[in-house]
Amino acid sequence: MDYILTDQQQEIRKLVRSFMEKKVKPYINEYERNSEFPVALHKEAFEIGLHGFEIPREFGGTNVGYKTSAVIYEELGKIDAGFALTICATNLALKPVLISGTQAQKALFSRLILEGGYASFGLTEPNAGSDAASISTVAVRDGDEYVLNGSKCFITNGAYANVYTILALTDPSKGARGLTAFIVERDRTGISVGKEEDKMGIRTSNTVEVVLQDVCVPVENRLGEEGQGFKIAMKTLDISRPFVGNIAVGMAQRALDEAVAYAKQRVTFGQPIANYQAIQFMLADMAIKVDTARQMCVHAVDLLEAGLPMSKEAAIAKCYSTDILVDVASDAIQVLGGYGYMKEYPVEKILRDSKIFQIFEGTNQIQRMVVSGALLK
Amino acid sequence: MNILVCVKQVPDTTEIKIDPVTNTLIRAGVPSIVNTFDSYALEQAVRLKEKYGGAVTVICMGPPQAKAAIRECLSKGADRGYLISGKEFSGSDTLATSYILARTVARLEKEWGAFDLILCGKQAIDGDTGQVGPEMAEHMKIAQVTFVSEVLSVEASAVTVRRDNEDREEIVQAYLPAVVTVVKSAAEPRFPSFASIIDTWDAEIPVITPADIETGGERIGLNGSPTKVKKTFTPQFVKKGVVIREKSPKDSALKLLSLMSDKALV
Repeated sequence: MDYILTDQQQEIRKLVRSFMEKKVKPYINEYERNSEFPVALHKEAFEIGLHGFEIPREFGGTNVGYKTSAVIYEELGKIDAGFALTICATNLALKPVLISGTQAQKALFSRLILEGGYASFGLTEPNAGSDAASISTVAVRDGDEYVLNGSKCFITNGAYANVYTILALTDPSKGARGLTAFIVERDRTGISVGKEEDKMGIRTSNTVEVVLQDVCVPVENRLGEEGQGFKIAMKTLDISRPFVGNIAVGMAQRALDEAVAYAKQRVTFGQPIANYQAIQFMLADMAIKVDTARQMCVHAVDLLEAGLPMSKEAAIAKCYSTDILVDVASDAIQVLGGYGYMKEYPVEKILRDSKIFQIFEGTNQIQRMVVSGALLK
Repeated sequence: MNILVCVKQVPDTTEIKIDPVTNTLIRAGVPSIVNTFDSYALEQAVRLKEKYGGAVTVICMGPPQAKAAIRECLSKGADRGYLISGKEFSGSDTLATSYILARTVARLEKEWGAFDLILCGKQAIDGDTGQVGPEMAEHMKIAQVTFVSEVLSVEASAVTVRRDNEDREEIVQAYLPAVVTVVKSAAEPRFPSFASIIDTWDAEIPVITPADIETGGERIGLNGSPTKVKKTFTPQFVKKGVVIREKSPKDSALKLLSLMSDKALV
């Protein structure tokens, strides 16, 4: 992908790559085994600015642009999906603010991320996943404040965030059109963190329930107008989807790299298994998937940078990259054989990490609805 | 403190390609990095600046693309950088190079005042001579300390350093100004940050040319280089054996067995 990057973008990629190689890769497996949130590694990442690259410069960030962000997410994904998602989730929470916030709201949200490192996006509820319109969290206007009540589940970074973007109903009679987005600071009374999920993969990321009980936020914390929440959330997900695709591409690339390296050194029947066409074709198929997925993500990001419509392309990028990720991760284990199934080797983790990518940020069935919706409208 | 750091841009590979006619390195197409030991020298310099105040100036001799190496140093805490470049310089051996660097120091001192300390990596990972730093000190007639793992302290007129030898460490003091060449140490080169990369990206990097440092042509470039390279080649890679020396013969045997079983040899 180097050919489309400027020298400065390549320099930033180089920084992220060497940071992840030296400061995260040697330590992350122990965190993963213990299902521990790697706060110490995040702190070092924040020191080089890995929490601020989507924050506008006027608010203290470095806003490197969508294309560079895409490259960064791929590099993060290569080393650890959970680590990548932690940063991606913070920026997911930031996007509604950048899309619809006032200058003061953007300044507040940026400051809270730069100070604390983490933010969370709160859309999903126990009974409202794909069907976002079934949200039951409510926000009732009371003078200059709103009072929020409800429960959000599967919230990435939820226990560590010092600010949340919460979707709540201001007019339950209107369904999705009654949704409104709010900035909710962590230190407000009535916020509590519930159950921490015990997950199949992405075990270095934090996934919890967030409960809001009579949480008062001032009117200034409302993003846009009442009833614009669903639109803001959908636009947020459109912009974020290619980045999820980029993380998946990074993970798939890593799985491929591990398979290639192993195939060259593993000897059976007197020669490296890379000499056998059965393996060569598997590797080729994996590379075809990874390269096409990357190109699709780049295409979606190109459209985004050009300010062109990209909902369909974002959905294709997310759906395709994450589907091929599961295939490629599984094939990488196949190439490594019995060793691939063992925790000593890095590929079984990629497969465990991969499955959730077909589910979150819009299931791949929802992505197909977006794509077919665009075709048939 | 007024600190100067000499860095070299080197190819990031152990498989160095050689021009068979001139016997010089072919750099085109090979990714370049700041010489590893020079990165450690820069880190020492920036730490000294953080401790004592002052400024860090970086100089680098090379083609125009070596500006990337200087920019990297700026993003890691150097305050200013100069590229030393000109076709008359090309082909310089270590003697000519160190002479050019010494002349550059004299030229920069007119602008920034005398340097207290000149830091270099102990050697470049491409040429591996380890001569340029010491030769600079000789040209400038100042003290030199080589193979330094840490600059411990700097007083008004002296620097105290720890010097790494194969079998012992030495604490050495030298009068200032001095040239100090640096080995790898616990003081790992820092990462730049997103902000420092962006902030230093457009920094002006002036170019020092032969005219700026008033050198006679006979002391620089191929003409000023007594070293004649007869032949350069990549040595054949020979796999090293593994030494197993556990607490008891039994442990050693078990270790050997586990190594062999890891490689599926048993």
